[in-house]
Amino acid sequence: MKKEITFILNQEEVKAEVQPEWTLLYFLREVLGLTGTKEGCGYGECGACTVIVDGKAINSCLYPILEVEGKSVTTIEGIISRDGELHDLQKSFIEHGAVQCGFCTPGMIMSAKALIDEKEKPTVDEIRHTIAGNLCRCTGYVKIIDAIKSVVDRR
Amino acid sequence: MDNFPVVGQRIPKRDAPQKVTGSAIYIQDLKIPGMLYGKILYSKYPHARILAIDTSRAEQLPGVKAVITGYNIPPFKFGFFKDNPPLKSGKVLSMRDEVAAVAATSPEIAEEALEMIQVEYEELPGIFDPIQAMQEGAPILHEGLKSNVLKLPWRLICGDVDTAKKESHCIVEDTFSTQWVTHCCLGTSGCVASFDINNNLTMYSNTQIPYLAQRDYIDALNVFGIKNRKVRVIQCIIGGGFGSKLDTYAYEYIAILLALKTRKPVKVLFTREEEFIATSPRQSTITKISHGCTKEGKLLFREMEMILDNGAYTSWGATTPSVMMMPISSLYKVPNVKYIAKCVYTNNTYSQAMRGYGNPQATFAIESSLDQLAEKMGMDSYELRLINANEPGEITPQNFKVTSCGMKECIEEVAKRIDWKGKRGKDKGRGVGMASLIHVGGGARVYKSDGCGTIIKIDDYGKVDVFTGASEIGQGSETVIAQIVAEVLGVNVEDVNVINNDTDVCPWDVGVHASRTTFVAGNSALGAAKKIKEQILEIASKSIGEAPEHLDIQKGLIFSTKDKEKNTPLGKVLRNAHYSTGGKMLMAEYFYDPANENFDKDFKGNLSVSYAYGTHGVEVEVDRDTGRVTILKYIAAHDVGRAINPMMLEGQIYGGGLMGIGYALSENMNFREGRLMNPNFLDYKMLTAKDVPPVEPVIVETNDKDGPFGAKGIGEPGLVPTAPAIANAIYDAVGIRIKDLPITPEKILKALKEKEKRGQSGEEGK
Ligand code: FES
Ligand code: FES
Repeated sequence: MKKEITFILNQEEVKAEVQPEWTLLYFLREVLGLTGTKEGCGYGECGACTVIVDGKAINSCLYPILEVEGKSVTTIEGIISRDGELHDLQKSFIEHGAVQCGFCTPGMIMSAKALIDEKEKPTVDEIRHTIAGNLCRCTGYVKIIDAIKSVVDRR
Repeated sequence: MDNFPVVGQRIPKRDAPQKVTGSAIYIQDLKIPGMLYGKILYSKYPHARILAIDTSRAEQLPGVKAVITGYNIPPFKFGFFKDNPPLKSGKVLSMRDEVAAVAATSPEIAEEALEMIQVEYEELPGIFDPIQAMQEGAPILHEGLKSNVLKLPWRLICGDVDTAKKESHCIVEDTFSTQWVTHCCLGTSGCVASFDINNNLTMYSNTQIPYLAQRDYIDALNVFGIKNRKVRVIQCIIGGGFGSKLDTYAYEYIAILLALKTRKPVKVLFTREEEFIATSPRQSTITKISHGCTKEGKLLFREMEMILDNGAYTSWGATTPSVMMMPISSLYKVPNVKYIAKCVYTNNTYSQAMRGYGNPQATFAIESSLDQLAEKMGMDSYELRLINANEPGEITPQNFKVTSCGMKECIEEVAKRIDWKGKRGKDKGRGVGMASLIHVGGGARVYKSDGCGTIIKIDDYGKVDVFTGASEIGQGSETVIAQIVAEVLGVNVEDVNVINNDTDVCPWDVGVHASRTTFVAGNSALGAAKKIKEQILEIASKSIGEAPEHLDIQKGLIFSTKDKEKNTPLGKVLRNAHYSTGGKMLMAEYFYDPANENFDKDFKGNLSVSYAYGTHGVEVEVDRDTGRVTILKYIAAHDVGRAINPMMLEGQIYGGGLMGIGYALSENMNFREGRLMNPNFLDYKMLTAKDVPPVEPVIVETNDKDGPFGAKGIGEPGLVPTAPAIANAIYDAVGIRIKDLPITPEKILKALKEKEKRGQSGEEGK
């Protein structure tokens, strides 16, 4: 049984027919073709699917699509400015060597973004804590933490 | 050492922009029109006879396009021993054995269809412990074999260990063991198999070995009745490798079979649980080791006997003893060496390559044992290491010719930065430890070739295309190659485009393994760049009016080194070359195959053109109440020859280091009777951002004479000495030696209790 939902996705209104059992991740990737959000586990343990819903970072693989009704969702595709300029976090990840295979990267950046949107000057401990739910097998996290910290420091 | 404008600089990774924006296409993201989804049914038992398979209900399900089993596919086996059919018939030997597969219009339908397949089994007694599997009367897993011990001749004898034992002033002996661990690539495994109308196959793949995989697929197609067709391998962006993609797997052949049967592209993509269960990890080992030395602490011999759990089928895991021989014969100077290893079939998963390729297991035993030897000698283990450290110019017992070697610098750097003298043996509850490594740093001749090809062309505007055989698996090979080419050609690194993911387009390479890519692909790119530069200068010499040997290129400008006013832009020279009568196209190719050697029948020979060294030092605190180990400081010193890109190099050290710390302290595939009990990230303890200790990478540059701009490999070394360095530090802190990885709080508490019972007498060096 399809249902209609309306929500804001990357600053644009979306109206769509959805199946109630879909997750937000499924909808983004399979229906809208927004494949920047990754699936690393599908059950809330890796953070690769992190997107921001009403200012909070969530695991979209566990998030029922019906729950986005009336909310605002931001994905990795939505943080670039309209003229194509990268978000500070994206630039910083590139400059600091925080990306290797890159599979964790969109989720990492979205977790970090939710943190720095909420807090002007998070501490390194807060940064680590925030991304503790985002697994990365390649980088050892050091350069990811540095990349986020440098955005915070430049504020 | 010289400074260069591009080489040695912290150039951001070339593919980072597409990765940070989510536009990089991984296998997960790939869709081809008409594509079907394949799913695999695995065995219910670790060892059983298949009595019957009924797929009729599954076939009826709307959306199902094909169901295959081991009973309706051509007989084909893959793997190092060709002992593994993509779908099993007769017997299953492990829980990951593939029994049936479905192609359907959606993954959900395929999944549903799997549930409708009825398989009747007769359970057989399983064997899960390699020692039991070796015992007489143990059930033989593979029919037709006489023993579960693989017929592999892993035996290395250098010098005379028996005599050395008699001459030794001090001898230690002990047994160490390591666990199964897995790669945990964040992007799971997958592929899409697609045939064209003429039966040519395109495989969209995650492989680390596109050209060897191509051959594997061609072999399979021949058996499947598709002869003399073309196979093209295209790699998507790869979500992590670490050795996991060094072999072809059943799922790839299943995708091919399903695509053949349905005449549609078929995608097989692993779930996370499948990734844990059905990819092939680093195997567990049991090692008996003995070391002896002179009164002065000079090593006289090293003797090791090892048992490796091969699991149910044979992939590259069974060949890791050949690489273990490297630290065993050549980590520190040790004149007499004996090593025997047995790989044993069990009903567990089966082992494959993982970062380090056996080296972490061997080095754990060696470096733990050396600390025991030092203690028994009453020596500082740092001194013992320095006395025996490898040196440039040395020829090791296995006939490795050591060229550049910064091992002593690494040991000294670590001692200085960790405050060895100030801290070792001092603090109760806190301690320091160290361990070193040797690894191949100049390729490794494990196949008949260790080569890599490069093609370079330059367009009308001075933009460079580099076609390389070397795959990018996140490590940054693309960027290193671009830097090398930009440096030689005197162009901006942004103007160098690297194409590396298509066997139809790119030249040949043996694959991303053995930390060989910077060295081998780097040298190949260097050779091609030099060749094309010669051609450019030759042409430019006419228009500039200067002999080629007095011309150079910088920032895209060709100029006379005698008179910089005489110059012309690179693009202009190229346009002239194209647009003149009797014109010329600029293109160069180069195949680099290092002058390293295959082992001879006694496993001796100069495996690599150069060797990478390193030492890790760690300070830990051990909580006696909880058994928890906290790493207070971690120094990772690596002799890398030269850092082509220090930023990416540090990334390898940080990433390898943390993977190594996980290996030491938390990661463990918990098999119970062949069944993996923790196939998820919650129970398999990969480290998170909260667990990162203060790590300090130290880059030691020894400018290797054969390396591209002096560089050696660094892909694997970062995790090799981690576990023994930590184990040694724990011993220094609380006087207990954990000989069985991972070093969990439970093991520490148990050992502390036992130590209390025994009283304060030292435990080391029986
Ligand atoms: S895919 Fe959602 S947490 Fe892993
Ligand atoms: S960069 Fe590969 S998982 Fe993070």
